[in-house]
Amino acid sequence: MDYATLLQILDTTVRFATPLLLACLAGLYSERSGVFDIGLEGKMLMAGMSAGAVAALTGSVWLGLLAAIAGSVLFSIVHGLASITFRGNQLISGVALNFVASGATVLVAQSLFGQGGRTPPLSGAARFNPITLPFAESARAIPGIGPFYAEVVSGHSILVYAALAAVPLTWWALYRTRFGLRLRAVGENPESVDTAGVSVIRLRYTAVMITGVLCGMAGAYMATGLQAGFGKEMTAGRGYIALAALIFAKWRPWYALGATMLFGFFQALALRPDVIKRTIGIDIPVPALDALPYILTVVVLAGFVGRAIGPRAGGIPYVKER
Amino acid sequence: MTMMKQFLGAAAALALCSGAALADPALIYDLGGKFDKSFNEAAYGGAKKWADETGGSYKELEMQSEAQREQALRRLAESGSNPIVMTGFAFGDVLNTVAPDYPDTKFAIIDMVVDQPNVRSVVFTEEQGSYLVGMMAAMASKTGTVGFIGGMDIPLIRKFACGYAQGVKAVNPDATVVANMTGTTPSAWNDPVKGAELAKAQKSQGADVIYAAAGGTGIGVLQAAADEGILSIGVDSNQNYLHPGQVLTSMLKRVDNAVYEAFKAGADLETGVAVMDLAKDGVGYALDENNSALVSDEMKAAVDAAAEKIKSGEVTVHDYMSDETCPALTF
Repeated sequence: MDYATLLQILDTTVRFATPLLLACLAGLYSERSGVFDIGLEGKMLMAGMSAGAVAALTGSVWLGLLAAIAGSVLFSIVHGLASITFRGNQLISGVALNFVASGATVLVAQSLFGQGGRTPPLSGAARFNPITLPFAESARAIPGIGPFYAEVVSGHSILVYAALAAVPLTWWALYRTRFGLRLRAVGENPESVDTAGVSVIRLRYTAVMITGVLCGMAGAYMATGLQAGFGKEMTAGRGYIALAALIFAKWRPWYALGATMLFGFFQALALRPDVIKRTIGIDIPVPALDALPYILTVVVLAGFVGRAIGPRAGGIPYVKER
Repeated sequence: MTMMKQFLGAAAALALCSGAALADPALIYDLGGKFDKSFNEAAYGGAKKWADETGGSYKELEMQSEAQREQALRRLAESGSNPIVMTGFAFGDVLNTVAPDYPDTKFAIIDMVVDQPNVRSVVFTEEQGSYLVGMMAAMASKTGTVGFIGGMDIPLIRKFACGYAQGVKAVNPDATVVANMTGTTPSAWNDPVKGAELAKAQKSQGADVIYAAAGGTGIGVLQAAADEGILSIGVDSNQNYLHPGQVLTSMLKRVDNAVYEAFKAGADLETGVAVMDLAKDGVGYALDENNSALVSDEMKAAVDAAAEKIKSGEVTVHDYMSDETCPALTF
């Protein structure tokens, strides 16, 4: 594999990994607070549709992003109501929201535009266009790192950089702030948080809302950054891969970056069977590469490579002691 | 009393007759969805044309999951719809078990052969249409490398790829054809993001014309090709209008004609296998105001000449599904 091909694959990796990373961090907030969220997929779909529709109607991608976040947060609130306030089963609520999203997005898009559940193709200011970072062109001359900077780091839409910035931000929020300490505690032992006089309900709602915001960005990136509009079921299971990445990352922000980049890399590699064949000399079937993220997750879950133990109070609705 | 009986009998017979005459045709769309801008939308176009011309009404149903197929067929058959047309190879097995239970109902299946006395199997010679657009791709390509992006990896899609590759090689024997499939599950028909990335990956391998036979995923391929400034080729319906001036042509598969004819024939639908080939205008390539600047006279002349040769049998295009091999491409 020559350097130019590697750079091209890494460039694809970044684009594939970004929605996964945003969704993975979204799941991290929710699950760290003790609320399982299977509904990442549905939130991303809802966000993608809202972003595509509003960007098409107003011509502004930023309004589209706002709409995406609003649509996704709306689903978060429903999930919160069902699983925090009414103490319903979190998995069932998540699955139900996925089904609602799958149908409702197509229904709304169809009634708005009548194009069979698609939103109209976007162009210009209605899309997140690639940004060239400063010095990208002049840095190209530097051997090694120069082309890497110009090809892989530069030339993505703003949401990619926002997603990357969200990683240290999440780490800082989780491990260096009072909010983070409480958030981690509420996922492990909500009684202690309650005893300390902090509202478990409020903390969990906050976490679930942050999940909504991040999923909104992921959906907006897919519909208005990578693509020029929303299409039926366009997330194609990325919400579930993000959940797998979350387990693979053992619910930690930096590991989440590594896991999603690794999964993105496998997906990017699967696009280039010719490169694999040239590099290692044998033909690996593409489906095997597509399945790798799941296989790795199972390996980690089985405890071969360290153990993945989720937040202890995850999935259990909190009932205040009287 | 006898009079009354006779009268009632006649009335009942009349009611039955009119019921039979009023049997509406029905159309079932496969998982890609009615408005996939491609295969299923072409079927819808045919049904709409029939409804506009005759003023008749028809029933339609969109599949949401694999499990609904049998239920959908039985419900439509029991509600008296006749004929029942379904799009997609995936109905094959189900229809084979359902059709014998409703001997008075006529079924038509597109893209699959089902050997039952009341079934019309409509198959298209996609390899011929793909051959023609393959020739155009090779003539339009400046790099000598062209791409193919399929949806789900099934023999039917390989048939498209194989015909395309043969057309490319017929024009330029040294050309490289880069072929990728989006996936192995039905979600591969609806993953525009992956389609777009595949198109970008093929561009980095030198491809400057990309043929997408991938349902909704193809929308992403055409979009990425337009963004990257290379040409694309649409499939099934005429997709030239999606990115005017950037879609070289579209491989037309006249599913609309197949549906229209089945609806028009009604309960008298002729059963058996119907092969819609180039000679019957079952397949072809699209030329309209959106791509007229891209298709040179020379290109058009060459493709039309090849089409005549295929019709006369002078040139035969190998069908991947006949022996699961392809002389021009390895998968």
